[in-house]
Amino acid sequence: MIAIVDYGVGNLFSLRSSLQALGLEAEVTGAADRIRAADRIILPGVGAFGDAREKLDETGLVPVLLEEAEKKPLLGICLGMQLLFDRSFEYGEHPGLGLVPGEVAALREDLTDPALKVPHMGWNSLEIRRDDPLFRYVNNGEYVYYVHSFYARRCGESTLASSRYGNVDVTGVVRSGNVYGTQFHPEKSGSTGLRLLKAFGEL
Amino acid sequence: MLAKRIIPCLDIRDGRVVKGTNFQSLRDMADPVDMARFYNESGADELVFYDITASAEGRGLFTDILRRVASEIFIPLTVGGGIRTLDDFDRVLKCGADKVSVNSGAIADPSIISAAAKKYGDQCVVLSMDVKRVNGQFRLFAKGGREDTGIDAMEWAVRGVGDGAGEIVLNSIDTDGVKGGFDLEMLDALAARVSVPIIASGGAGTMEDFAALFTHPGIDAGLAASIFHTRQVDIQDLKRFLRARGVEMRL
Repeated sequence: MIAIVDYGVGNLFSLRSSLQALGLEAEVTGAADRIRAADRIILPGVGAFGDAREKLDETGLVPVLLEEAEKKPLLGICLGMQLLFDRSFEYGEHPGLGLVPGEVAALREDLTDPALKVPHMGWNSLEIRRDDPLFRYVNNGEYVYYVHSFYARRCGESTLASSRYGNVDVTGVVRSGNVYGTQFHPEKSGSTGLRLLKAFGEL
Repeated sequence: MLAKRIIPCLDIRDGRVVKGTNFQSLRDMADPVDMARFYNESGADELVFYDITASAEGRGLFTDILRRVASEIFIPLTVGGGIRTLDDFDRVLKCGADKVSVNSGAIADPSIISAAAKKYGDQCVVLSMDVKRVNGQFRLFAKGGREDTGIDAMEWAVRGVGDGAGEIVLNSIDTDGVKGGFDLEMLDALAARVSVPIIASGGAGTMEDFAALFTHPGIDAGLAASIFHTRQVDIQDLKRFLRARGVEMRL
């Protein structure tokens, strides 16, 4: 069973439906014992970092996630991925979960072309840097759907794939041990996204 | 590289696609779920559903359709039509919509934009506007393009983006239905004023019209209904054509 962590952030309809369509058993839950019982965890999220971190803290699930991430695959999606890093500079400075090295910064800060729009919204091609079982069914150059204004940088060796936006290599997929993150939305990335989720279900 | 987007728009009344036609290869193209499936397979980058029903019963049918589409089609879905309150946002987001577009609802109560952006994020709020030239000015129209609000459309867009709209659909009444090409002059005027993604609507008649549209770098997406529904233009063919012309396309 895949536990989709429910901490009051974001719309989980598509994520649950896409896992269902793949025949993967999934449960939206905020209960520590269900997360412990799951064989995989997905940490979703949309909105602002500080707000999401606060909500996650309120659930008391942070220690559970840190503990379980050592035992089983965990996938953070979009803001859920951003939460995995050391810290974020979205409206102030906020601590992340520290599961993946790196920091979250404003895309606008690093884009040299002011004509480029933020949010980075739409389909961008994925450049796979390091092969991984997560890409078992996905080819280099396939398009995935992004919607975000902040992005992860200084991720070092954790970066598995990125997408080019102007002068910036937007971190697309990261991994550190059992912990994975995608900045794009696999549940909104058509068949490419479904194939990625299928591979996650087989890790 | 970020791709330009091709977006078919489905107007839905009483659970059926308005102006949907029967294709030989498909059972029933007036059925929104069948049609959404077809567009997903032909490479549509996003789908827009406009609810043009007025009755509560029609509205119920609409949310049911949305739920069915969102359960099996995993590309971004935008919903518009009759969105006036946060409850309306909530109703369609719960059924699987990713973005919600407001038009007349924002004209009646502009605070809906900031309230929705605060609650659901900027990326969720699409400002849709119907615009027509009146005395040399780009004028905002309400009620499906029937009523001149007297408001300067470009000012309206700037204000909407300031309030948190994350994307704009610009529908030119002057070119809508004419199939003579998108309103490039109007679109450029908008692109010069706002920095959020712009979806062009109104006027697409041929593949060449899309090629002309995407020579304008400020435009992110092209939206059309009838030329796709009648299969005058096939989305897959269109995307191949545009890529051959050097436009970044997801294929």
